Amino acid sequence: MQLHFKRPGILPGFWPAYCYSVLYLTLIVLIPLSAVFLKTATAGWTKMWHTISSPRVVAAYEVSFGASLAAALASVVIGFVIAWALERYEFPGKSIVDALVDIPFALPTAVAGISLTSLYAPSGWLGRYLEPLGIKVAFTPLGITVALVFIGLPFVVRSVQPVLEDADHEVEEAASSLGAGRWQVFWRVLFPAFRPALLTGFALAFARGLGEYGSVVFISGNLPMKTEIAPLLIIAKLEEYDYAGAAAIATAMLVASFLMLLLINIVQGRSRRFMETKLS
Amino acid sequence: MSAVGRKRVLRTEARWVRWVLISLAVGLTIFFIVLPLAAVFIQAFDKGWAVWQAAVTEENARKAIFLSLMVTGIAVPLNVVFGLAAAWAITRFQFKGRNLLLTLIDIPFGVSPVVSGLIFVLVFGAQGWLGPWLADRDIQIIFAVPGIVLATVFVTFPFVARELIPLMQSQGSEEEEAAIVLGATAWQMFRRVTLPNIKWGLLYGVVLCTARSLGEFGAVSVVSGHIRGLTNTIPLHVEILYNEYNYTAAFAVASLLSVVAVVTLLLKKVLEWKTREART
Repeated sequence: MQLHFKRPGILPGFWPAYCYSVLYLTLIVLIPLSAVFLKTATAGWTKMWHTISSPRVVAAYEVSFGASLAAALASVVIGFVIAWALERYEFPGKSIVDALVDIPFALPTAVAGISLTSLYAPSGWLGRYLEPLGIKVAFTPLGITVALVFIGLPFVVRSVQPVLEDADHEVEEAASSLGAGRWQVFWRVLFPAFRPALLTGFALAFARGLGEYGSVVFISGNLPMKTEIAPLLIIAKLEEYDYAGAAAIATAMLVASFLMLLLINIVQGRSRRFMETKLS
Repeated sequence: MSAVGRKRVLRTEARWVRWVLISLAVGLTIFFIVLPLAAVFIQAFDKGWAVWQAAVTEENARKAIFLSLMVTGIAVPLNVVFGLAAAWAITRFQFKGRNLLLTLIDIPFGVSPVVSGLIFVLVFGAQGWLGPWLADRDIQIIFAVPGIVLATVFVTFPFVARELIPLMQSQGSEEEEAAIVLGATAWQMFRRVTLPNIKWGLLYGVVLCTARSLGEFGAVSVVSGHIRGLTNTIPLHVEILYNEYNYTAAFAVASLLSVVAVVTLLLKKVLEWKTREART
């Protein structure tokens, strides 16, 4: 048994490195995370169901889900345009734009939150021009979506870029020389190759959006039933010392994002098989 | 030459389409990503240098900066040791559960920041697993500095390991095996062979880990208790100032975090360039 566990080698340090990694992972990640599920389980499923089916919690799920979905879709479109221009064209300042795409990864969420709020508030630089048009952004679900687009964009750009870089020019040229127009080449030849990467970017942006807190709490206005997001309700439950309630909402969130990532994996596996059978 | 010219006609879009897409990509990047960052600096210096300086050197701001630096000083080394151990075990040895370990390392990236804080409240909080035991011994973890450290360690957990694993995998173990065969001790091998090979990747992991732990908001917000001057980190101090309508001070302190973000992006570019140089 032990002989099969590790392939023999001459390099030192397997056991210390392995044992330390597993121990640290267990103490910092696995045990604390299991507390959420155990707390929910020990409080009972009726209590959990009662918590997550209460109108305020359901409304928060709807806001979180709706805004994350809208933001992830918008990020896919905007991110694709950015990635396309960065990978396929040459223009002055290209490497600067490429570096700027990472800003949302690096900027602390709370800083992004107050900054976006100040831009889109009715008196803000952008808000004051949108208000007369009847578009209210700050303190509405649209504001949450705008914040989540900021957070989600780099996920899409960075997922799509490597695929655009690797795109096989020969297939494209073959299609052109056989008489396909640019649109046909794009939709029938290029796009199917990008689809899995776009899907990955979408899934990452969506999953991140569901859990996002810092960049959203300031711009959302946190009106119960209207612009309250699910993570905020966890904090509200904790402030009432309702640990079981907080754990129940967290469990539902963890399960939702886990299921979504699983679904994406299945879809991606299928599209990969589809491409392989088509090519062979 | 004519072949190159013909290829070009086939594989790219009409000139005006190219320029529309480039302008669109640059415009969208500026609008969605750069504007929020620029707004921080503009509003931070809105009322002049003296007001900015007063805001960042005021006592509670100084204490918040000190706390954030201290937490980072603990969290980063812990995750560096883990990252090295995990990357060594995973990339230099074959063992059962290797893929499982790889997957588990990524968990903190998929967990909402608020849930990342919640799990430690469920373990160490007043009504948590260890709450009564800790209360008997007068040890406070939640709403105190240790809780902030734990939550920060959790959210920054994967950064170093995630940078090192692909890097060490691509480098292979021949050089290290040669060192051992030639009679080097484990420490000599690590100091003279492993470390020089991975230094830029390791440094980038440290940079990402530092930036995130200085800027983490959601997780820390749940466990901190928001006691001014005692358990407020920089992002939490920004939140308090903002909620008190002290916008200029909020943006002044936020500008410090934004500088960290900009430096992170610059270092990313430099380190990417260094790793590429080291590989060739």
